[in-house]
Amino acid sequence: MLTILFDGIAYGMVLFVLGCGLSVTMGLMNFVNLAHGAFAMLGGYVAVQAMQRLGVPFLASLPLAFLAAALVGVVLERLIYRPMYGKSHLDQVMFSIGLVFMAVAGTDWLMGSTQQFMHLPPWLQGRFEVAGIGIGRYRLFVIAICGLLAVSLQWGFTRTRFGSRLRAAVDDARVARGLGIPVNRLFALTFALGCGLAGLGGALGIELMGLDPSFPLKFMIYFLIVVTVGGTSSITGPFFAAMLLGVADVIGKYLVPEIGAFIIYALMVVLLITRPHGLFARVRA
Amino acid sequence: MTHRRTVLGGMLGLALAASTSGYALAQEAVKIGLILPMTGPFASTGKQIDAAVKLFLAREGAVHGGRKLEVILKDDAGNADATRRLAQELVVNDKVAVLAGFGLTPLAMATAQIATQAKVPEIVMAAATASITEASPYIVRTSFTLPQASEPMADWAAKNGIRKVFTVVTDYGPGIDAETSFAGRFKQAGGTVESVRVPLRNPDFAPFLQRVSEAKPDALFVFVPSGVGAQFMKQFVERGLDKAGVKLIGPGDVVDDDILEGIGDVALGTITTHHYSAAHDSPANKEFVAAFQKANAGMRPNFMAVGGYDGMKLVAKALEATKGDSSGDKLIAAMKGASWESVRGPVKIDPETRDIIQNIYVRKTQKVGSELHNVEFETIKDVKDPVKARK
Amino acid sequence: MRAETFESRVRQALHAGRRWHPAEIAFWCLAFAAFLLFPSQLLLLNEIAILALFALSLDLILGYAGIVSLGHAAFLGTGAYAAGLFAKHVGGDPLAGLAAGMAAAGLLGLVTSPLVLRGTDLTRLMITLGVALILYELANSLGWLTGGADGLQGVVMGPVLGLFDFDIFGRTAYLYSLCVLFTLFLVARRVVHSPFGLSLRAIRDNPLRASASGVPNARRLAAAYTIAATYAGAAGALLAQTTQFVSLDVLDFHRSADLMLVLIIGGAGYLYGGLIGAIAFKLLQDAIATFTPQYWMFWIGLFLVLFVLGGREIIHGGVKAVAGRLAGIGRGAAR
Repeated sequence: MLTILFDGIAYGMVLFVLGCGLSVTMGLMNFVNLAHGAFAMLGGYVAVQAMQRLGVPFLASLPLAFLAAALVGVVLERLIYRPMYGKSHLDQVMFSIGLVFMAVAGTDWLMGSTQQFMHLPPWLQGRFEVAGIGIGRYRLFVIAICGLLAVSLQWGFTRTRFGSRLRAAVDDARVARGLGIPVNRLFALTFALGCGLAGLGGALGIELMGLDPSFPLKFMIYFLIVVTVGGTSSITGPFFAAMLLGVADVIGKYLVPEIGAFIIYALMVVLLITRPHGLFARVRA
Repeated sequence: MTHRRTVLGGMLGLALAASTSGYALAQEAVKIGLILPMTGPFASTGKQIDAAVKLFLAREGAVHGGRKLEVILKDDAGNADATRRLAQELVVNDKVAVLAGFGLTPLAMATAQIATQAKVPEIVMAAATASITEASPYIVRTSFTLPQASEPMADWAAKNGIRKVFTVVTDYGPGIDAETSFAGRFKQAGGTVESVRVPLRNPDFAPFLQRVSEAKPDALFVFVPSGVGAQFMKQFVERGLDKAGVKLIGPGDVVDDDILEGIGDVALGTITTHHYSAAHDSPANKEFVAAFQKANAGMRPNFMAVGGYDGMKLVAKALEATKGDSSGDKLIAAMKGASWESVRGPVKIDPETRDIIQNIYVRKTQKVGSELHNVEFETIKDVKDPVKARK
Repeated sequence: MRAETFESRVRQALHAGRRWHPAEIAFWCLAFAAFLLFPSQLLLLNEIAILALFALSLDLILGYAGIVSLGHAAFLGTGAYAAGLFAKHVGGDPLAGLAAGMAAAGLLGLVTSPLVLRGTDLTRLMITLGVALILYELANSLGWLTGGADGLQGVVMGPVLGLFDFDIFGRTAYLYSLCVLFTLFLVARRVVHSPFGLSLRAIRDNPLRASASGVPNARRLAAAYTIAATYAGAAGALLAQTTQFVSLDVLDFHRSADLMLVLIIGGAGYLYGGLIGAIAFKLLQDAIATFTPQYWMFWIGLFLVLFVLGGREIIHGGVKAVAGRLAGIGRGAAR
């Protein structure tokens, strides 16, 4: 049972890293970016290719995934995302679905449609037991990295100047701008950070979720659940939402495999009905 | 318009007849509507079959029974409504003589009615649920059925000291087919079976594998669509199930040749029963694999490719038997009972069920040189689809 | 006195909206003429008609009531499965099956409307999406009823009105779908030009003000949502009946996503938006899919992105100009 809990936490951690970038961009510019998964896929492919073609070691491929996704994020933000900020939610949804379609078909064309695989170094393979709980080495590694990220993000968000400006901008962009906060540049940075995190999550998640060109479509739902359930105004919200989702999903499938697929969707609808503004949202006037 | 097309076709035919063989008769080409998932999650199936069909035309020529074969490829993205509409359009507008392809069971099922109404043979090159050929008297299959591949696994397991098996299958037609046929046969042989079904869209196998590891079976029987197989294998090893002495067995989908290299060493030692392995030891197969890899940048042919290749072979054979008559009833009649030496071994179309009769091989995943292969070590000859055979 | 003139002005405006424009008549004449003009494309035309009805349904809630939905396929699928099961277990009469499909979807719409009407746009997107996903999984796991991932087999349809059998060329299918589309369009046209339709637009434009002037917002929106669900159910029923097959695909996410695309192309908020969008979308998809069967998704995506980024004004401007000219010709002829 505890082993399952452990698996669920690892799964939730990856979901958190994948989704938190989306939640910040959504909160900051009120922009619904369904193409977030495409950046995750990009990160995953970069990591796999770097390892297979260039022989980059596993640990070094992770920052590569982050950088590649962040870089592409910055460029795209400049070129095509920026004109979209003022448009309606519906337009944004359509626009980003278009991007997803392009990413899916383009990846298929470039890399083929087969699953991509990660070859882990030996010290991350297998599992060991602590007090009767089986612990997968890789899952432990994932939890450690993601946990570290979550803590540092939370710290950056609440304790640094960058974070306080960001929070100000999320709360009221117009006033923030009036106070001399460079909201646009702030946003570009945050967007890049979010995309980079997605890329990192994509690379870390290959072992747990697989990677093929349909990745952005398959997991779009999961990211969206993390964001809508977690709310968009903090780091802790999406974090707990991702944990809840990961653990509920895994435990549900373990206990009642017959209805396994329902659980997360049902959970989402129930949460959205009972807490329409997110799990921990402050009620805004 | 039609006139010009006939003239053009005639000229083409003439040129071909002059260049390739002695056929002087310049008739209109026989059109084959090939409907495959070229995009979407099952695109690898489409790519394998498409490549095999092209290879067939390149190796064995396009003219058979005095008629030139012309293939029209359509993409249904693994979506049954699209398959049905494309089939209908191919029959009505393009006047195809044969429909072929069909990557998944629902796609083949959706088209059955059209095949019956239009009296056009439907060659199933991939989909593997047993009941497909019962949906229309015009359906012929050149791939395999899951019970056909799964029951021999039960026999092998029972003979080799395996008493308790846990089955994990994907929760859709073929998966359920594999589970019920394996479990039924294995229980007959005195074994015990526990089962769990995994939803089709399932990102993480951990919870299911955890149940397996708590049940401590002798073997884990698995069927998942190829592609997801890799993830399954990795998590199987990650959970230490291999070290706990759980044997991994199943029909060959999980160690699909197309992705076997990508799965890596975790696949070593898996025992599977299937109708084709790229490592099948025959001169014909060696040539086939070499030609396939040469034409497709090193891609290894898998069981899908063989289904596609033999599907074309079947059409060609039927046309030769009817001396170029491409009416649906004549073709179907000629296909029933057709037999030939495929690269997978001898095959025959069962005249009663229109399903394929073929050898099933027991294989073990091993290193051959530096590559991973499914090496065959036992052959069960001329296996019919057991579900239909019992009826 | 002043209240009276205001009322009569509103009545006048509503009446003006109800009057038939020459371009509209031309549109429907063309739709029926297509049966004779493109005898080899009836299957595609049938799909267009069904998609148009589906788009009309989304337009009713999105364009007129301002409710965004990413899960409209839920109603399409419910209608399709209801009609398919009806044909399989009760009887093959198409019109009765259509009624069954519409009723089932309408009921689902009524039941889920309280969920959808709360929260912001984003919450609505998510809830509609969630409902559609739950239905998808439900249809998948109820294999004994729906056939699961293998699809619903054994749907056999009787002739329409006891006279016209469905044929392989899609002749009956197209005329049947077109007639249903036309009838439901007439109803929708009446609805949006009624005081009820007007109140919906008032809610869409300013919910606070609408409720202040005495419009029961929640009830009106729920009604609109139910009507739209019924329409989508009709589209699903048509789909099931004309293809005589239902698969899980009718509940899939891409149905809802494609539908949004249709409305984006055609423009929301006027009844012809969905119809024009459906025509453009299907033709485009068909052309691209023929041109490049593997990668049509890429081009659709590119088109979407460019469209939202700025191409829309150009196309819509063009459409308006053409429509204006047509109208001019129509008026000229009338004189």
